[in-house]
Amino acid sequence: MINSTVAEISAALAAGDISSVEITQAYLDRIATLNGELNAFITVCEDSALLAAKAADEARANGLDSPLLGIPLAHKDIFCTKDILTTCGSRMLHNFVSPYNATVVERFNDAGTVLLGKTNMDEFAMGSSNETSFFGDVKNPWNTECVPGGSSGGSAAAVAADLCAMATGTDTGGSIRQPAAFCGVTGMKPSYGRVSRWGMIAFASSLDQAGPLAKSAEDAALMLNVMSGLDKKDSTSIDRPIEDFTASLNQPLKGIRIGIPKQHFAEGLSREVEQAVRDALTEYEKLGAIIKEVDLTNSHLSVSAYYVVAPAEASANLSRFDGVRYGYRCEDPVNLEDMYKRTRSEGFGEEVKRRIMIGTYALSAGFYDAYYRKAQKIRRLIKDDFDRAFTEVDVIIGPTSPHTAFKLGSKSDPVSMYLEDIYTIAVNLAGLPAASIPVGIANGLPMGMQIIGKYFDEAKILNVAHQFQQHTDWHKQKSTAITAASGES
Amino acid sequence: MEWETVIGLEVHVSLSTKSKLFSGSSTEFGAQPNTQASIFDCALPGTLPVFNEEALRMAVRFGVAIGAEIGKRSVFDRKNYFYPDLPKGYQVTQLDFPTVGKGALTVTLADGSEKIIGVTRAHIEENAGKSLHEEFSGMSGIDLNRAGEPLLEIVSEPEITCAEEAVAYLKKLHTIIRYLDISDAIMAQGSMRCDVNVSIRPKGATELGTRAEIKNINSFRFVEKAIHSEVARQQEILEDGGRIIQETRRYNADKDETSSMRSKEVANDYRYFPEPDLLPVVIDDEYIAAVTAQLPELPDARKARFIEDYSLSNYDAGVLVSSRELAEYYEIVATASGDSKLAANWVSQDLLGLLNKHNWEIADSPIQAVRLATLIARIKDNTISGKIAKTVFESMISDESDVDAIIESKGLKQVTDSGEIEKLVLEVIEKNPAQVQQYKDGKEQVIGFLVGQCMQLSKGKANPAQVNELLREKMQ
Amino acid sequence: MALDKTEVEKIAHLARLHISESETHEVTTRITDILALIDQMQSVDTNAVEPLAHPLDLVQRLRADKITEEDQRDKLQQLAPASEDGLYLVPKVLD
Repeated sequence: MINSTVAEISAALAAGDISSVEITQAYLDRIATLNGELNAFITVCEDSALLAAKAADEARANGLDSPLLGIPLAHKDIFCTKDILTTCGSRMLHNFVSPYNATVVERFNDAGTVLLGKTNMDEFAMGSSNETSFFGDVKNPWNTECVPGGSSGGSAAAVAADLCAMATGTDTGGSIRQPAAFCGVTGMKPSYGRVSRWGMIAFASSLDQAGPLAKSAEDAALMLNVMSGLDKKDSTSIDRPIEDFTASLNQPLKGIRIGIPKQHFAEGLSREVEQAVRDALTEYEKLGAIIKEVDLTNSHLSVSAYYVVAPAEASANLSRFDGVRYGYRCEDPVNLEDMYKRTRSEGFGEEVKRRIMIGTYALSAGFYDAYYRKAQKIRRLIKDDFDRAFTEVDVIIGPTSPHTAFKLGSKSDPVSMYLEDIYTIAVNLAGLPAASIPVGIANGLPMGMQIIGKYFDEAKILNVAHQFQQHTDWHKQKSTAITAASGES
Repeated sequence: MEWETVIGLEVHVSLSTKSKLFSGSSTEFGAQPNTQASIFDCALPGTLPVFNEEALRMAVRFGVAIGAEIGKRSVFDRKNYFYPDLPKGYQVTQLDFPTVGKGALTVTLADGSEKIIGVTRAHIEENAGKSLHEEFSGMSGIDLNRAGEPLLEIVSEPEITCAEEAVAYLKKLHTIIRYLDISDAIMAQGSMRCDVNVSIRPKGATELGTRAEIKNINSFRFVEKAIHSEVARQQEILEDGGRIIQETRRYNADKDETSSMRSKEVANDYRYFPEPDLLPVVIDDEYIAAVTAQLPELPDARKARFIEDYSLSNYDAGVLVSSRELAEYYEIVATASGDSKLAANWVSQDLLGLLNKHNWEIADSPIQAVRLATLIARIKDNTISGKIAKTVFESMISDESDVDAIIESKGLKQVTDSGEIEKLVLEVIEKNPAQVQQYKDGKEQVIGFLVGQCMQLSKGKANPAQVNELLREKMQ
Repeated sequence: MALDKTEVEKIAHLARLHISESETHEVTTRITDILALIDQMQSVDTNAVEPLAHPLDLVQRLRADKITEEDQRDKLQQLAPASEDGLYLVPKVLD
């Protein structure tokens, strides 16, 4: 049952074929077997998970039923969880037991889900490989010599290896979609403002957005139903009518207009990934879709603009980590400046420090116009490109990442790592929703396809993804490596 | 060489909202340390700001009161610097798009002349917490109760030319803020603070000299003294051929001098950028109209009305409207006593004298407006003389019984019985034959001496007008 | 734009980061490389473009002026590296 979708587990729970305690225990056992190798979890909440599962079973016995009642999930360790260690993958918060819950956590709790634990991630969500975590690298379940992608690598690996039924992630420049592609799962970054950021440790406030990592588009829709909605504690949370994202999953795709950005099929894209995406497009044509080329003229500037905006916001967001009120403080500071500098230098890892430096520089006197202001203007151009394209098409499809998961330790220079997110970053700059779904396997590693939608058109993206998954089974493929390792048949 | 001074003031006012600018923590004064510091105020990771509508309303209220342009789209920015009392490592403020734009204040100077002083802008920002320097095994203690309280920073144009104008501007600002009820504005408690930018230049020069900023001055008197001492310092340096350094200084009241504050940063570089956790604050004409409609009568309008309705002098009216509480007190006394001019004298001299002597506020006054009005009414109806009234006023400070009872019990009631007055007059005429003769010889002014003798004899209780009349009659 | 050692030290100080003598060279090189990536955007003329700070053109919601927070001092100070008498302790603040 642990390799089933949420929709399937939910049906089994409702039918009484299985209890939440049983399925929770099964995941805990699987975590116990595999986490040592995969390092997908930083914290496993065995006792509280079983208690929550028991409570869910009792609630069900008392007549309560809701789609996610009793479903075991994992939260990325960027979400504050009350009375549970919340590290953000950093030494800075290695001892931080949050006194409060993120809104996302609160909403899943209210829906009756069972929290299995907190997943590993790139430190403060800064990375595309999960190699910047203070708690060690996460391994890709398809090939443990490869990275799972990042920054939500722990969540993607956990879903892929059936360590949980579903997981939350966050996406600032591709941090849900790229690991989803590398691990062969379905991930979605909703429209900016769709999901509350309260309690989600900030990386870049104007780009960060939480979303689901799941085994199918349908599961992602079920998760989004719970996660999204107005939260008055977040000024950037959008007040929109509540939607049921599963409602339109089965709409036929006949006549749907799919845009293909020529810039996403240019130099740098690997042949296997290109082929897989083109095959998927052929599948869509069979379903009645109309394929049309679109021009995202300024997309090549997205990485440049992003590496100003995101570090600039991060440089300020991370100033609160100063060793005064919580978290890490250096030993025996000789004075205030020493406390600040050693606390921050010892508490943050290299990549985080690098980005703080870049952001500080971009905002410093004399450079603001050339960097920050310029990047905000590029951001406008990128958004305008999408707005224009969406007058002609309903969704935009392309590769999520130029290639499959790369080897651990193979990208030591930051610039080549930053270019990993070349297809995903523009979406964050524009604030649009986008998903990544599995479209093939090459050399034993999964490949992902990105589906970008109009603002608040998550339902359309999920519909497009679901229809593909109804006609193909790439999303059901499992790594044989892990199945063998865990001794399952 | 002749010099002229250019002064600009930056005034921070604590807005008197119930909760903080971006969190639901209380702003109550005097709580135990860190008991009013929520997870947001302590900058716990993941926490986010939500803007307090009352802080916005108060800022706009101030803006319309000084006739300022109101920013229909104001934007919050982050000002980045590290300090232990600044939990987020940045202060949220408004840099390019403040809520209140250009406006002006009219101040009245000692010689009665008026001057208009421009206000460049007023923006909303967060206060910082407090660092306490008592000994905690060699460390400092941080209290975040104040962190995140709303401030309005009001920046003047560099149009102030001397200490007197600076103080007049500050007092006017203080008066308006108190009328608007948007802050306690108590300098001693820090709910109103002032930074003074001072520079001097050769008289007639058009370019500004290099300025020094004197930080955190906490009384009107110190503002005046600090400006005098800073101007003298700069003049001395320039006349010795030196150069003024642009820097932050502090005023030491004991030594009556300003001194350089050791620069905390090598060079301040606040790296301002738009606060991404907050969206632009947009207000429309309707909002501004509603705030305008709720404005109370402001000091200038009230002064004009007092001059018109109560026939007061410009000066008296100015004194009486200088605080809202005083003006309200005066209006009760004027109306209830039926003599607005007499009321003005008593309030502006006797009552203010009493309050100043004890350092009391109007609210602390042992003599309430209605009691003072009764006292004045008793002068008007000849129950007591103006002079006796001063004695009664003194008694009223410690004696809470009603005015008539005090007059009665102390036997201070004016003697108007003509028989008794005649007795006094005859006695005085008898005792002072020389003066009586002088009067009869045409030395009219002697009458004053004789009236005085009668009053003394009656211990002040005789009605002086009656005495005067009878004396003349008897000496004919 | 290439950075020199002095600039790197200045930025590190602004960000309250300590960079040791031995790290300076690598940090400088890395940042210079990243700035080269960033500088690609300088090739586009954006004179007529309005900056975009937020993806959505929305306005700030306002909160009623109500006290909604309770005293949590004891709970929050359990998280603090050093506290005493309800205060957070830091090395002496000089001003």
